[in-house]
Amino acid sequence: MASPSRLELTGITKRFPGVLANDNVGFSVKTGEIHALLGENGAGKSTLVKMIYGILQPDAGEIRWDGQRISVTNPKAARKLGIGMVFQHFSLFEAMTVLENIALGMDAKIPARDLESRILAVMGQYGLKLEPHRIVSTLSVGERQRIEIVRALLLTPKLLIMDEPTSVLTPQEVEQLFTVLRKLAQEGCSILYISHKLHEIKALCDTATILRGGKLVDTCDPAVETSRSMAEKMIGSSLKDISRVAGRAFGPSKLVVKALSLPADGPFGTALRDISFTVRAGEIFGVAGVAGNGQNALLLALSGEAPNQDPASVTVDGVAVGHLQARARRGHGIGSVPEERNGHAAVPIFTLADNAVLTARDRLGMVRAGLIDAKAARTYAGEVIEAFSVKATGPSALAESLSGGNLQKYIMGREILQKPQVLVVSQPTWGVDAGAAGSIHQALVDLAATGSAIVVISQDLDELLSLCDTMAVINGGRLSPPMVVAEAKIDEIGLLMGGIHGEASHAP
Amino acid sequence: MGIDFLIAAIITVVGLSTPILLAGLGELVVEKSGVLNLGVEGMMLVGAISGFAVTVYTFNPWFGVLGAAAGGALASLIFAVLVLQLNSNQVATGLALTIFGTGISSLMGLSFTGRIVMPFASVFPDALAKHEYLRLIFGHSPLVYFALIMVPLTTWFLKSTRAGLILRAVGENDLSAHSIGYSVIKVRYAAIAFGGAMAGIGGCYFSMVITPMWAEKMTAGRGWIALALVVFAGWRTGRLLTGAYFFGILMALELYAKASGFSFLPSQFWAAMPYAMTVVALSFISSRGTAGANAPACLGKPFLPST
Amino acid sequence: MRLKLEKRRAPSLAMLVATPIASVILTMLIGIVVFDLLGINGFEAVVDIFLSPLLYSYKWQDVALKAAPLIIIALGLSMGNRAQVWNIGAEGQYVIGALCCAGVGIAFGQTGGFLVVVLMIAAGIVGGGLWAAVPAWLRTRFNVNEILSSLMLTYISFQVLGYLVGGPWKDPNGRNFPATAPLADSQTLPVWPESTVHLGVLVALILPFVFWVIMARSEFGYQVRVVGSSATAARHGGFDSKRTIWATMIIGGAMAGLAGGLEFAGVLHKMDLGFPSGYGFTAIIVAFLGRLNPFGCLIAGIVLAVTYVGGQMAQTSVHIPNSTAGIFQAMMLFFILASDILVRYRIRLIPSTKAAGV
Repeated sequence: MASPSRLELTGITKRFPGVLANDNVGFSVKTGEIHALLGENGAGKSTLVKMIYGILQPDAGEIRWDGQRISVTNPKAARKLGIGMVFQHFSLFEAMTVLENIALGMDAKIPARDLESRILAVMGQYGLKLEPHRIVSTLSVGERQRIEIVRALLLTPKLLIMDEPTSVLTPQEVEQLFTVLRKLAQEGCSILYISHKLHEIKALCDTATILRGGKLVDTCDPAVETSRSMAEKMIGSSLKDISRVAGRAFGPSKLVVKALSLPADGPFGTALRDISFTVRAGEIFGVAGVAGNGQNALLLALSGEAPNQDPASVTVDGVAVGHLQARARRGHGIGSVPEERNGHAAVPIFTLADNAVLTARDRLGMVRAGLIDAKAARTYAGEVIEAFSVKATGPSALAESLSGGNLQKYIMGREILQKPQVLVVSQPTWGVDAGAAGSIHQALVDLAATGSAIVVISQDLDELLSLCDTMAVINGGRLSPPMVVAEAKIDEIGLLMGGIHGEASHAP
Repeated sequence: MGIDFLIAAIITVVGLSTPILLAGLGELVVEKSGVLNLGVEGMMLVGAISGFAVTVYTFNPWFGVLGAAAGGALASLIFAVLVLQLNSNQVATGLALTIFGTGISSLMGLSFTGRIVMPFASVFPDALAKHEYLRLIFGHSPLVYFALIMVPLTTWFLKSTRAGLILRAVGENDLSAHSIGYSVIKVRYAAIAFGGAMAGIGGCYFSMVITPMWAEKMTAGRGWIALALVVFAGWRTGRLLTGAYFFGILMALELYAKASGFSFLPSQFWAAMPYAMTVVALSFISSRGTAGANAPACLGKPFLPST
Repeated sequence: MRLKLEKRRAPSLAMLVATPIASVILTMLIGIVVFDLLGINGFEAVVDIFLSPLLYSYKWQDVALKAAPLIIIALGLSMGNRAQVWNIGAEGQYVIGALCCAGVGIAFGQTGGFLVVVLMIAAGIVGGGLWAAVPAWLRTRFNVNEILSSLMLTYISFQVLGYLVGGPWKDPNGRNFPATAPLADSQTLPVWPESTVHLGVLVALILPFVFWVIMARSEFGYQVRVVGSSATAARHGGFDSKRTIWATMIIGGAMAGLAGGLEFAGVLHKMDLGFPSGYGFTAIIVAFLGRLNPFGCLIAGIVLAVTYVGGQMAQTSVHIPNSTAGIFQAMMLFFILASDILVRYRIRLIPSTKAAGV
């Protein structure tokens, strides 16, 4: 008879206002097992692990730890049991040192010098490199994750929860992380690995539990399953392929960016350096890259929210607009959708109709004699809701009352129905469910088919590879030479994302 | 200008800078925890009257100081409940606290107008405290020494203790601190109460040391200068001390101009000086932008954990 | 049992209206209890402060005169607050506005008439606006917190007032008292026959409509609201945050200056050290009690004016000190701020959930 599982969940249920986040979920994790928790965004993975880690309390169901029934009342209690967690969005303190950050994560009071030597020991043991006295804000994303991992390892956990750890890492960093995790598992630590990346799960995990819409779909062996079969379980219905006319011809150059440079915005920003590229009418141009390499700055520089000294740095249909602000650039046909929906692309506490006024008022004539035509705004908001099947009570619904995916559809629709000559979008499907993502992709393809030039900035390589005609990689504020997507090699892109330019031979 | 005058001037400057130093230290800790309490002026007034009243009844200025601290802390708790428990707007709530403190201190002070209190006995023997030269070091009010001890103590607390580390963490990233398992609310309650107590002690310096009697609105905007001082100091305790002395000199100039009439400029010019210089100093500091890098990232923002 | 906050899908309009009313009522109830504890007839005091000015018609003009500056200043401040611009130096802008108004009057000597009065009021508006432009400039140029700078300027304005009325503008026939000479009759505001109600009261009744149209219907009002909600979204929409700060700050100052000019030319007719009466600070309460809505400011201005007049009545009837009105006003503000949460959240009592088993 085998020893009881390290962690066993039965009948876990958690309800939020209007949502059943987890519905009667149960599975178990064995000692030394790397167990994947697989599911789409919004499937309930994060809610589930938050209950294991004591941040949330289940409404029903039980948690067993080494066979004992427990209730994890808070993260401290979880850590006492031996549960460590590395969050998707790091809970780090930017203005503090690595050492201070780790000290804050320790429940026991340890003198700074002892702590430092223990940190160095753990780092040596697992091959993790970090300088204890660096200020966090100066570190790369990968290094920041290492802080979280070291912090968790110092507690010698019996179960380590990793919440989508690779979404911000380069392929090379992912490999290093996997080495650490495998070593940990060999030493008997169980790992609960949350992801929606199938190839990673196949490469790393012993078991996979798949969630969909808050319900348990299956617990399976990733070695036996194919990526395709797991994807089907995760998504439920087979994905609709993006339909587009094959072998399209592109029109003349529409958006030309030439030697665009922009100083960093604040101490934590990234400067843009000498960026040049051309997007032709009907072309979708992708910008890949790991988070924090200047994507945001690029979007702002193109939308006009961060205008430039040099008018010729950005031209649309031959008109120099580099020096113009966002409003004037919109007049020349540049629309944009920034990555952050709430508080950037939309005002959360405004109605959808009021949010229509934000970017569409000039192109669609919603302002007359200084007064806003509220009826025109409502009508346009209604059209967007209709055309993009946005789930909302109507134009007077508050933006913040919409789910992330629906708000994204609304914002996309608001820009696309204005028929922009150039549309720049960042992370168009971030946190959006598969169905909505599909319709957003389709809308972008359709807009391109009408002769607009489109720039898609995304960290999701799969998205770019399936959507774009041409793509380039941004790293440290520099853009690689463009490559034709059909001929691009994934390992080459990976190297570019990791900032290794020399070894990547440039595709034509 | 004799050495006597110089010593007297320095003692005046140190005295005038003490209340804003005390209140500023308190507010610095509050702001480091991520809370902006604009009610310093109100808390100082409450402290001024509470300290005065307790001293009148107990005949012991030290009880008065405790009373001032308690009064200031109690006033700050009104702010704390609204801001921490009910997530009210910090700017507006701080203003409300100042308006409230002004009103309540006037009401409390009605029966104390015209009365005077026992001054502090010197902590040092007269041979030192009243010595021609040594009074420069030994001739100050005990509260001056208290303030001067609090500067390194606060520095040590923030930099070297675990509690200080947690307090800074809460002000830097409240959501992260919450997710690790620290009680953001509790830490901020403690910080706000400390800030209130320090403002209260700073306030009683007016009613128990400078005058020593009670008058309505006697802090005359010094609470606001203390707030400016925190920004001016870039949230660093050492620079807070320097800044307090700088403003002390400006305020001493006003007194001197009034007393001697040396100036061809109207006395109002000197009276306006500390306020004008506050604006100028803020402009210098704020435009450099370096001070902002040390500002707590969560300053003034409501804490909204998503559970 | 414990309290649980649940976010509403949309802000509750009912709560938006009900909470200010509840705040006033709660303040009255607490007032009764506190006064009784202090050995004063609480019921009588509260009735005097909150109701008597409304019940006696001869007090109505006092209420109107006090409400007018409060409403006018609060309108300007609430526009700024919508843009997250915290001008708390309205008192100073009010004083400087009145001084500019007085300066024009003094410059014209005994010459009066319609044009001179218009010029005087215009000078008040410009003076208040310019005084507020200083913090606007400091904020947009050097990133100086406008809360502190506008307040510092208020203290400076008191010194300017002291200097002018005690020096260059001192009335030579004033027995050495620091005050200006009274205005010539032809330089004062027109007054409603048989009363003290001046033209400024009418202005205070009309302006809320103007501000409502600006805030609710115009593109500028939209801009103010966007900048206040999210500077980043404003930039995305092509609105300039700095220009919005300038505009709202100057409008706030201009309104305070207007109120100062009206108060000087309509009520006091001379400047002295007692001119700063705290209207600029009380108007902050009016703005919040009125929920930053122009019509709300109109009503809240009247409520606060009632407490001013009532406070004076209670001083003679039940002998409570003048400062109690201030405490009541602050209490109202506390309650309104505390109840803000009810607008966006629903409070539920839920039974404590002990984890099953263990």
